[in-house]
Amino acid sequence: MTPILEVDRLSLHYRTRFGGRIHAVDDVSFTLQKGEILGIAGESGCGKTTLVSGLMGLLIPPLHRTTGAVRIAGRDILGLTPDEARRTVLGREVSMIPQGALNSLNPTRKVKDLAADVIRSHDERADRSAIHDRLRERFTKIGLDADAVLDAYPVQLPAGTKQRVVIGISTLLNPKIVIADEPSSALDVSTQKAVIRLLFDLLDEGIVSSMIFITHELSLLRHVSSRIAVMYAGQIVELGTTEQVIFDGRQPYTRALMGSMLSAEPGQKARKPVAIEGAPPYLGQELHGCRFAPRCPVAKPDCAGRDQVLREVKNHWVRCHHAE
Amino acid sequence: MPSDSLCFEANHLSRAFGHGRRRRLAVNDATFTIREREIVSLVGQSGCGKTVLAKMLLRLEKPTSGQLLFRGRPIDAAADPREHWRQVQAVFQDPYAAFNQFFSIRSQLKAAFHLFPQRPSEREMEERVDQALLAVNIRPPDIEGKYPFELSGGQMQRMLLARIFILRPQVLIADEPTSMVDACSRAGILEYLMKLKEELQMTIVFVTHDIGLAYYVSDRIFILHEGQIVEQGTPDAVTQSPTSPVTRQLLDDIPSLHREWIGRAPRA
Ligand SMILES: Nc1ncnc2c1ncn2[C@@H]1O[C@H](COP(=O)(O)OP(=O)(O)OP(=O)(O)O)[C@@H](O)[C@H]1O
Ligand SMILES: Nc1ncnc2c1ncn2[C@@H]1O[C@H](COP(=O)(O)OP(=O)(O)O)[C@@H](O)[C@H]1O
Ligand code: SF4
Ligand SMILES: [Mg+2]
Ligand SMILES: [Mg+2]
Repeated sequence: MTPILEVDRLSLHYRTRFGGRIHAVDDVSFTLQKGEILGIAGESGCGKTTLVSGLMGLLIPPLHRTTGAVRIAGRDILGLTPDEARRTVLGREVSMIPQGALNSLNPTRKVKDLAADVIRSHDERADRSAIHDRLRERFTKIGLDADAVLDAYPVQLPAGTKQRVVIGISTLLNPKIVIADEPSSALDVSTQKAVIRLLFDLLDEGIVSSMIFITHELSLLRHVSSRIAVMYAGQIVELGTTEQVIFDGRQPYTRALMGSMLSAEPGQKARKPVAIEGAPPYLGQELHGCRFAPRCPVAKPDCAGRDQVLREVKNHWVRCHHAE
Repeated sequence: MPSDSLCFEANHLSRAFGHGRRRRLAVNDATFTIREREIVSLVGQSGCGKTVLAKMLLRLEKPTSGQLLFRGRPIDAAADPREHWRQVQAVFQDPYAAFNQFFSIRSQLKAAFHLFPQRPSEREMEERVDQALLAVNIRPPDIEGKYPFELSGGQMQRMLLARIFILRPQVLIADEPTSMVDACSRAGILEYLMKLKEELQMTIVFVTHDIGLAYYVSDRIFILHEGQIVEQGTPDAVTQSPTSPVTRQLLDDIPSLHREWIGRAPRA
């Protein structure tokens, strides 16, 4: 089966004002199948949001492609101008629920106007009442009190409702792929659960066909995604099924991530979360050798000098030549 | 160890918004104490009143009724609010809003020293900024010459924490300080915060929806629901023998690695 999305050795960089480059995404490859939810996890600043910009074809300076391709149904969307991408990719092919979505809605406009803009941006001739009917139908379908919500300003809505509205608006055009960037980390656990239910419903109803779910909460991915890619310093360091990555992670960084989780479950308090000493490397310089080596609890003398590649270990992909 | 003297004392504290039929109590009849050197977490669903309560502790929101004492004196009696803010510092929810988009991060971190009666030497300021950055797991070159919009969400939130590490306040109100921070950095930040707390004998009020965080750092947890404190107790008591159905629901909704959560398997 051809995948719905194919990321092929993608590297992206930001140009700095001082003429330097920040290599925020480095040699990332993966595929997304129809119906699948792929989880992406990793420390903040590791390149997740930058990767998302690439997946939407939105290379807006200072962000540039270094090498590689992002193909949707075979077409490389990074060859498009941002304008073409906005017209033909955004909203229809790929849509994003942004990080900090709760504040992403323009506070000076009513929800119905914000939503109508999305429809008009792709269908200039749509008339008012047709748009309104369509919005009502969709908002009702995703469990909102459509009339009240459409007529409200974003600030008047509670956090959970606002998040639903953001999701409703970003999926109005039935995009094939939805990318959720930390959609629930600003929400309490109960609201979070409701938001995840909604995302599942969108898949079940065929409104969207696949999803990429970005979060730093591995315990959440356990219930959401079928596969997980763990990123570190711009690269994928482990890629496998959710079971493999969470319960049988082979890359030392993945294991460290697991060890740093906080849990309120009975008996867990004795298990102190372990921080990983040090910080990830600065991505504005050439990096050689294993990027995790300075912080890796099981580093060997040969690690710092040896560039790491993804290789197969226990039926999944691991970037560590000592993993077995 | 928390001491016996009280940092905050609230008696039947309420805060209403709106008038007539639209009047709603954001905080409803809250009675509690927070001791010096204690860590208390306010936990609850979004909209339950955590931020409003925290703002009252900070003197940013006025109670509509009830009494709130800080170190034995009514908060609203203090002549100059800045006096209160010198003692009580805050980290607020939205990191992007807290920094000015037009100034470099580093200059804004250094501006924290303006709150000190005496500014340290240029070199000491630079050193203390670097130290604070490392404490929040950021390499100084990572923010060199950068402006707020050039950082990721979690990095930005850690800048707020860095500012706290520079200010070293006696009382800290932290509203969702780590909601965008990944687990690894969070563990490191908490470790540093706990060290700082010991060193400075800080009192900390955490506002959070993250029960894991509350459970791990707090001396006591207050569970809020629709403006009311429905349960107060030690982390073990609250998580292991909750008395309120609200608490039970919250605990039940935590995604756990080890039990069913949403009633369906991840999709293949
Ligand atoms: N300035 C205000 N005017 C009117 N209502 C307000 C105001 N500030 C807060 N509220 C209301 O008070 C209630 C509590 O709000 P608060 O922001 O304290 O919730 P919270 O627990 O911090 O939620 P979150 O986790 O979303 O930040 C909400 O219903 C909110 O809409
Ligand atoms: N506009 C920008 N200019 C320069 N560097 C940036 C910009 N945006 C992000 N970065 C850097 O790129 C790296 C990855 O950022 P990001 O993709 O936002 O991380 P994440 O979403 O994983 O937290 C970080 O080191 C960040 O500081
Ligand atoms: S290559 Fe070496 S330093 Fe890198 S993750 Fe593996 S063991 Fe650790
Ligand atoms: Mg991000
Ligand atoms: Mg709040």
